[in-house]
Amino acid sequence: MDKIQLGEYIKSIDQDLGIKEGKQYVEVTVPPSKLHSLAKQLRDDKEAQFDFLFCLSGVDWGQDLGVVYHLRSTIYEHVVVIKTRTSDREHPQFDSVSDIWKTADFHEREAFDLLGIRFANHPDLRRLFLDSSWGFPLRKDYVDDINIVTK
Amino acid sequence: MEEKEKNINPDEQQEYVINMGPQHPSTHGVLRLVVSLKGEIVKNIEPHIGYIHRGIEKMCESITYPQIIHLTDRMDYLSAHINNEAVCLNVEKALEIDIPDRIKVIRTIMSELTRIQSHQLWWASFGMDLGGLTCFFYGLRDREKILDVFEETCGGRMLVSYNCPGGVMYDIHPNFQKRVKDFIKYFRKILPEYDQLLSGNVIFHERSKGIGKLSLEDTISYGITGPTGRGSGFSCDVRKHEPYSAYDRITFKEILHTEGDTYCRYITRIDEMWESMNIIEQLIDNIPEGPFAVKMKPIIKLPEGEYYQRVETARGELGVYIISDGNKNPYRVKFRSPNFVNLSVFNHITKGFKIADLVAIGGSLDLVIPDIDR
Repeated sequence: MDKIQLGEYIKSIDQDLGIKEGKQYVEVTVPPSKLHSLAKQLRDDKEAQFDFLFCLSGVDWGQDLGVVYHLRSTIYEHVVVIKTRTSDREHPQFDSVSDIWKTADFHEREAFDLLGIRFANHPDLRRLFLDSSWGFPLRKDYVDDINIVTK
Repeated sequence: MEEKEKNINPDEQQEYVINMGPQHPSTHGVLRLVVSLKGEIVKNIEPHIGYIHRGIEKMCESITYPQIIHLTDRMDYLSAHINNEAVCLNVEKALEIDIPDRIKVIRTIMSELTRIQSHQLWWASFGMDLGGLTCFFYGLRDREKILDVFEETCGGRMLVSYNCPGGVMYDIHPNFQKRVKDFIKYFRKILPEYDQLLSGNVIFHERSKGIGKLSLEDTISYGITGPTGRGSGFSCDVRKHEPYSAYDRITFKEILHTEGDTYCRYITRIDEMWESMNIIEQLIDNIPEGPFAVKMKPIIKLPEGEYYQRVETARGELGVYIISDGNKNPYRVKFRSPNFVNLSVFNHITKGFKIADLVAIGGSLDLVIPDIDR
């Protein structure tokens, strides 16, 4: 499917999703409550078959915290970007997609480690690179007077 | 009487846990594996990483785009040139700059030389992991010849930092074409020796065939790319599927094997060295004339938006995801590093094999630890 068809296809799943045709990929904004069901449908649908999650990145958008999923179909070669965000900075939580794509296991642990985003139903959500005495360094409000020199 | 039987039966033994690494020759860097064993059988592996986490993604948020390139060298230090290229291609795509053919061809030749030298070092250390010490001398001897070519043109041997946004840092050295052709001629003669030494060795076959099987379905689900994925039959070569630089103008085939065991991953890399030499031979005599770099603004600012660029490093698919807010430094950079993803399958494919096989499987995944930790 090309970008226009892909946009129409995703609209046919759910009318309320925000769809933006980006320069490179189709971008879909989804509320956290619908994330898991949409992800499952995108993988299982015969027309879509997004079976390869090739990038999962946590992003601090200033006010909100979010996660960006890059999905590709190894059969049809089309790509879609799924974005979700929450304004709860104290306890940000999304549904884990590690039961759909196993690669999400490590990616989600990384997002938890560096941004403090929790993933519900993750099999083994522990810190990955840093120990528990650290904060969440990729957040924009992270302060480290000793190790980060600001001009 | 009953107690005696209990002691003899090895199935009744308790599981015990040993610690492998972070300083262990077969983990190829500071990777720590906590291995649960029952007798000699591996039950579970838990990788502990982060010993050389430098926070490269965080550092990128406070520096400019040309500076980021030098940090990417330090991720996968064996694919340094390809990592650089990923960032440069992404910046050029965002600024919509047309790159002259000369630059594209030079970058492609350098990328393929990088791939060969990376596979040579992998072959050297993989052979040594399995007890063939001679491999290490053979591999490093031949790799040195490529590093000399790099040194002459780029100034650096391993961390070349040869790319810059809009082109390459310097023009190629006058000797470059001759030396590369000499190397190809030499290496075409030498590579069959690699096969004689290891690929056809009966002991090696016993150690690698049927060990660490990875099915195609799991490969895609775990997102395994590069020679490791292609050894399981997953067609994931970015050079074919989304050609960048000069890969769209040359003919080469994507190496695919279907067995998915340690031997297939091994033979995929050997075949890739042959294929890389084919690519270089097609380009080395036809480097177009022209400038080696496009003139860029002194301060590079990307337009607001999100940019994603994939390239094929020696170990798999590297993704560079840049979110820009229009400033001279990026808002967020994410590196989708191939080794980080490939590590996640380690536990899955090692279960049920012996601890000596763990070393073989780990070697066949070809992990580079700085790329995992970033």
